[in-house]
Amino acid sequence: MAVELALQYLVAGLTYGTIYAVVGVGFNIIYNATGIINFAQGEFVMLGGMMAVTLHRLVPLPLAIAGAVLFTMVVGAALEVTFIRWLDRPSVLRMIIITIGISILVREGALLAWGEQVRALPYFSGDEVSSLSYGGVHVSPQVLWSLGALLVIVAFLWVFFQRTPIGRQMRACAANREAAALCGVPTRNLVTLSFVLSAGIGALAGCVVSPITYTSYGVGAGLAIKGFTVAILGGLGNSPGAVAGGFVVGVLEAFSVSLLPAAYKDAISVAILLAILFARPSGLFAPREVTRLQRAG
Amino acid sequence: MLRIAAAAGWLAVSLVAGAQGKQAGKEPIKVGALLAVTGPASFLGAPEARTLELLVAELNAKGGAGGHRIDLVVKDTGGNPEKAVSFARQLIDEEKVFAIIGPATSGETLAVKGIAQESGTLLLSCAAAEVIVNPVASHVFKVAPKDSFAAEMIFRRMKKMKISRIGLLSSNTGFGKAGKEQVEKLAPAHGIEIAASEVYDKAATDLTAEVTKLKAAKVQAILNWSIEPAQAIVIKNARQMGLEVPIFQSHGFANVQYAKAAGAAAEGVMFPASRIVVADALAATDKQKPVVVAYKKAYEGKYGEDVSTFGGHAHDALGILARAVQEAGADREKVRSAIENMKGYVGTAGVFNFSPADHTGLAIDAFEMITVKGGKFVVLGE
Repeated sequence: MAVELALQYLVAGLTYGTIYAVVGVGFNIIYNATGIINFAQGEFVMLGGMMAVTLHRLVPLPLAIAGAVLFTMVVGAALEVTFIRWLDRPSVLRMIIITIGISILVREGALLAWGEQVRALPYFSGDEVSSLSYGGVHVSPQVLWSLGALLVIVAFLWVFFQRTPIGRQMRACAANREAAALCGVPTRNLVTLSFVLSAGIGALAGCVVSPITYTSYGVGAGLAIKGFTVAILGGLGNSPGAVAGGFVVGVLEAFSVSLLPAAYKDAISVAILLAILFARPSGLFAPREVTRLQRAG
Repeated sequence: MLRIAAAAGWLAVSLVAGAQGKQAGKEPIKVGALLAVTGPASFLGAPEARTLELLVAELNAKGGAGGHRIDLVVKDTGGNPEKAVSFARQLIDEEKVFAIIGPATSGETLAVKGIAQESGTLLLSCAAAEVIVNPVASHVFKVAPKDSFAAEMIFRRMKKMKISRIGLLSSNTGFGKAGKEQVEKLAPAHGIEIAASEVYDKAATDLTAEVTKLKAAKVQAILNWSIEPAQAIVIKNARQMGLEVPIFQSHGFANVQYAKAAGAAAEGVMFPASRIVVADALAATDKQKPVVVAYKKAYEGKYGEDVSTFGGHAHDALGILARAVQEAGADREKVRSAIENMKGYVGTAGVFNFSPADHTGLAIDAFEMITVKGGKFVVLGE
């Protein structure tokens, strides 16, 4: 294969990886606070994209994105307070079913509010045909915007969970909620905060990928499945891991297209996921605590 | 005592209902609609459902079809063939509908074709795949032009442009598969070689890798066959990669929203479609002009969005059914043979001439080659 083509496949893979990872990191916050997977994460991504498109008719793009992120954070808080906060020691299974219920609710609400039409934000710089090229390899500037947003989110999360008291308290809350509460950690507020942060990060992801993928009321589930896959692959709770997982899946998918019919793309990524999870059940880059806890338990 | 009162009440209700029935003239006809109002094929199903609601209300206000009021029951299949099957059974067994309009997609239509045929329910599909009416099933009709005609139109244009080596992309849906088959079957006769052929998922979000593969195969043109938003993504990805070859789309592209979604990348894309998408540009002498202009005005006035060929299919299906009921009354078998022998019905997709061997009724001249210029659909011309 010519070098130029190989690099173009690599760019395609990085594009897929960025889309998957920017959605995937959103799963980590609620997981780090509660130990559950939020199955409504894809709907936060959808809400962010749709709200930004609506706001962009009235205000400039940066304001529209900020507004959409804030709106989705408020929705995240409202959903948590309404459906989860008042529950007394909910089981993990119950929480998961509640988040599935929330995802259906948000999706149907969006269908009523916006209809079934497909929308997109304009490209942040350039337009549908512009690309940066280097030696015959082309990449859409929007991919770089998404990659930039991804790196900012990951850096923020790393600092937040490793270096700030609130972030540490949140992790304590997931490790053992009762013990954390006994130590004076306001566990309920932290769970609410985790939904707010997750919603905000999901909404930002929805804004940066919408020019590439388009958005409509129903895109949440599709984006969430791939995002969830790479979050698991990287080790749940580990954001740099999700990014690495995203790039692994994306690049493998892209190169699989060069050799095999594209129809097998998804089958290949799932097969890789299964193979890796057989070898490393807690993901490629599982945080040490998780592994230790699992060994103890 | 209570029983007598109840009986009296029932009698009163049925008397009133009877009087109303007499007022309307004849018994109402129940028409089911199986449409992908939501989901990836909602570009098709949503305008179709809106069209039916608009036109059924209009028709009933004028006294119905031949005096029969039309009762419309719309079921949203989400573009899912399994859902289409269960809703089809519900419409046939529980609602006991006279006829079904839809489904919007080929995959769904093929899934319900057998059920409709077995139960003797008329099915007027709004989907395009040739296999819907070939082999002919006595109760199954379709109002969208055949995909083989669409492929034929595209190949004629390619020949004119001296294109002989193309890359084919299609989605993994009934429409994509049927189109791919037709393209592969007809290409050799036109001296066109398919150098690369890729099938992608209907929910695909980026197709850079697939387009890279076409680039590697050094194709002279891209032909994409799908109905999902992915067809707008394909053209963006090709142009971003600097692949400047002509891009052809199927008649599935005939909703101007796709061109808007692809923005600058959509400029110059060529595809076959019926004349409704260029209604205003039609000559005053064109047979279809009054029909398409009236429909366009009514639809755009009510819903504030552009008409598409797909909403037009629902217009034609209802129009054909209404005309057959007007001619033959409310007897299903008589209506069936009235449709089968209908000639010269002027619809949005073209002039329909059905026959026992042809349940599509449209000829290749129902298509016109269209291109995108300044974000709008215009006739490609010579």
